[in-house]
Parts: sequence; structure tokens; C-alpha cells
Amino acid sequence: MEPSEHLFRRESGRMVAALTRIFGVHNLALAEDVVQEAFCRAAEVWKFRGVPDNPAAWLMATAKNCALDALRRERTARTFAPELGRLVESEWTLAPAVHELFGPNEIKDDLLRMMFSCCSPRLPEEAQVALVLHILCGFSVDEIAAAFVSSHAAVEKRIARAKKVLARSGRLFDVRATAEFSARLPAVHTALYLLFNEGYHGASAESAVRGDLCREAMRLAALLLEHPLGATPTTLALAALMSLNAARLPARIDTDGRLSTLFDQDRSLWDPTLAREGLALLERSASGDEVSGYHLEAAIAAVHAEARRAEDTDWPKIVALYDVLLRIHPSPIVALNRAVAVAQCEGPERGLEEIGAIDQRERLARYPFYAAALGELELRLGRRDDARRHFEDALALARNPAERRFLDRRRAACA
Amino acid sequence: MSDFLYLYRGGEDGRTPERVQQTMQKWMTWMKDLAAKGHVKDQGQPLERHGKLVSGRQKAVTDGPFAEVKDVIGGYTLIQARDLEQAVELSKGCPIFEVDGAVEVRPVRTLSM
Repeated sequence: MEPSEHLFRRESGRMVAALTRIFGVHNLALAEDVVQEAFCRAAEVWKFRGVPDNPAAWLMATAKNCALDALRRERTARTFAPELGRLVESEWTLAPAVHELFGPNEIKDDLLRMMFSCCSPRLPEEAQVALVLHILCGFSVDEIAAAFVSSHAAVEKRIARAKKVLARSGRLFDVRATAEFSARLPAVHTALYLLFNEGYHGASAESAVRGDLCREAMRLAALLLEHPLGATPTTLALAALMSLNAARLPARIDTDGRLSTLFDQDRSLWDPTLAREGLALLERSASGDEVSGYHLEAAIAAVHAEARRAEDTDWPKIVALYDVLLRIHPSPIVALNRAVAVAQCEGPERGLEEIGAIDQRERLARYPFYAAALGELELRLGRRDDARRHFEDALALARNPAERRFLDRRRAACA
Repeated sequence: MSDFLYLYRGGEDGRTPERVQQTMQKWMTWMKDLAAKGHVKDQGQPLERHGKLVSGRQKAVTDGPFAEVKDVIGGYTLIQARDLEQAVELSKGCPIFEVDGAVEVRPVRTLSM
């Protein structure tokens, strides 16, 4: 049989997480080496004999055997996780202990434990995201560098530094400690949100990479929802937001590799299943009295999802949602999006007024879609020269070829 | 048709999960293609990279590996081809070349009447 796409990458997180628990977080590098060894061993056999029926279980069993070998080889030179304790010293106790640590219930929390450990307040947010991608999602340094349009050296350094912090932290996060779990949860939400957005809006032009990032973020959010302490209304709202936006992903880049805006996307390409899932998650997220920014962003995405044509969009509702979002999370980008929605309801003139009134507008100076929004509204007012200048400014700030092609086309529309 | 043994030498697998899987899938595709054309007599097995060498009149036992990493035999396949030339041609599809490995193609000697 054919192994499923990205099987190794997907299993990697679970395997590294399980081995790190057994070896201790200070032996993170050893855990990664052993997982890599397990992959190579499995692949060597499978390329001759074919892939077995349950490859994930085989990979885990191979990892367990490789872990046992490593424990035997290293037991005099290293200390391992405290829960393994002295069991590691004797052959009589080692194998049964490791066997138990690989039990299904133990394995289940490993990914979550690692996810929370990666989102340590001791790490900057971008390092948390890189670490989640690297350890939990099995992305290589090159794959992360491609996704973030960053250099191999820069990503490598960021990850190495973050791993050092993690390895020195002494222990993995305890997912059974209720208070600590709830306290760390917002940081985990942020990391998953950033991961998703990197895929959705991010700089990497290659749509395959971007879709992968979105899928990984959704997979980890789903994992969070399976945990009783993780399934909060805010997590549900975040998952809803991801599903609703991911539903539009197939239409975001058109057949010529150009970015396509909400206004001119081919909505028949939207994924109806994801949209339905997103709406259902959003409904469930309304069960408590928490209203987070994710709730509002998801609600806005839901308004778009429900409009069959761009002109059917309920813009007044979107403006109202942005008003609330702006109160919870004041930010010039949110204000800019709100201004664009106002322009849809009340005309381009009003939109320009709103943009002019944005608090801390100077922070948008490097954001290409700020200049692009000005260009769009000027163009609708028929002021072509002004519009062209704005699109030229936007072009100079474009972060990737898809954005550049899109803005270039908008500039050409001003002629 | 004659029998030939492919001996796979060296060739480092990718160092990331995705690369390891991609390399494996290329091998599977290549092997499947050879089999579909009726060239595979025994798809063979991978070999561990370590072992023992027993040698001399004293039957001295030494540890492997017996060669530089790039020369270690990592596996074998028994194939069927018209002649050595075809066996060599068929070996050129092996993904091992992408990772600096080599295929040694050896005719299986037979006695014909």
C-alpha cells in the first residue's frame, strides 16, 4: 500500500513527544535522533517489502525499540526522566517500564504536553511557532524557512536557541495541572493562530506550503479540543475561525497564481464541508460567557461564508462585529479592515474618512494592503492618478510574488 | 533472460521526516515499475549496516563495517534482464543516485550445457 502523504512528518511529533517524556526534556536532542533513526529503519525495510497496513503503529513500535536501544546504550552516561527512575538500570525492569510508557493513554497526552511546553513564556512568540512547527509538526528547518521566507541560518538559529531553553527548563509542562493549563492556554491559542495566519496570509508564495501550515494549525486545534481542559469556548472559536477561513483557501490564489480578494473570488471553489464545520464550531463556541477576538473574527468569517455572492454580503453586520473587535483588540489593522467594510456600506468617501481617522495609522506604513486599500477607494471615486500612486507604494512593499502580481494588476486597472 | 544481483552501496537517506518518506516512496515506485515489467525475481532485503567479519585460517572475528560508509552494502535485489547492458540500464532508475549512492550490477553465473 501507499503511505499517506506526510505520514512521517505527521507521526514525527507524536514520536518525539513520547520519547522526550521517557528520556527527559534535557535529552530532547537524543529523542529527535532516535526518531530519525526509527524513520530510517522503517523506510529501509518498507522500500523493499512495502508499507504495512498500519504504518503509524509500526513507526511507533520501531521508535520504542530504538528508544530501548538508546536507553541501554546511554544509561551509564546520562540521566533520564524521573518517572523512569532506577527502572532503567536493570534489564528486568527496563523493557516493561518502557512498554508501559508507550501505552495508548500515555501517548495520548504527549502531543499536548509538548505543545504547551513549546509555548513557554520564556520564548518569544515567533520562536514558539517555529518550535511547534519543528517538533510537533515535523517540519525541517528548510521547510520552515520556506514557509516564513526566512533564511535557513536564521531559522536554524532560532530553533536551536528555543530548544536550548526548552531543554534547560528541567521538565515538560504538566497537562494535568488545571490552573497552569488554563494560564498557558492563551499562549497556545496565539501560537496556533499565528501558525494558521502564516499559512493563510503569509509570505510564502508556494500554495502547497501554505495549505500545509493551515492544516497543521487545524490539526493541533482539534487535538486541543479533545482535551477536557482545552475545549473552552475560545478554543472552539479559534477552531471555527480556522475552518471558515480555510474553506476559502482554494479560491485565494487564482489559476494564474495571483491573489484573489474576497470580492472577486470564485466562491464555487470554497470548501462547503469546512464552512459547515466552521459554522457548527462557532455555534458551540457561544455556549459560555467568553467573547474573545477569535469569536469576532470567526463571526466575521461566518458572514462571508454565508454570502453566496460578494454583493450579498451583510456589510452592516460586519462593521458592527469589527466595532466590538476593535474594543477588545484595538489595532490599526483591525481598524483598516473595519474602514473597508464601512466603505462597502456607505461608499468610498466614508471609507477614506475612516482610514484617515485610524488611531496610530503610522504603524500601517509598511503594510502593503494599507496603501492598496487607499488605492482601491480612490479608484472607485475615479481619481485614477491618486489610486495609481497608492498602488505603486503598495507594490514597493509587496512581500511575495503573489502579492506583487495582484498589486501590479490593480495598478494597471488605474490606467 | 538472465539473473543479475543489484547490490546497493552507500547513499545517505534524507535527514528530515519528509525527505526520508520521499526517498522511500521513490524506491517503492521504482521497484513497482521494475516488477510490473517482469524484471524482479526477488525484491530482496535491506541489510543492517553493522555485522561481523570472519576471516583467515584462524577464523578471526572482527567487527564491521568492513568498508567506508559510502561503500557499505545496504541491501540487494535479484532481477532478470536480457543481458548485462539491460540490467545496467534498468539500474539507472534507482533513487540511490540522488543521494550519492551506487548500484553494483553483478551477473549471476550459471553453467549452461
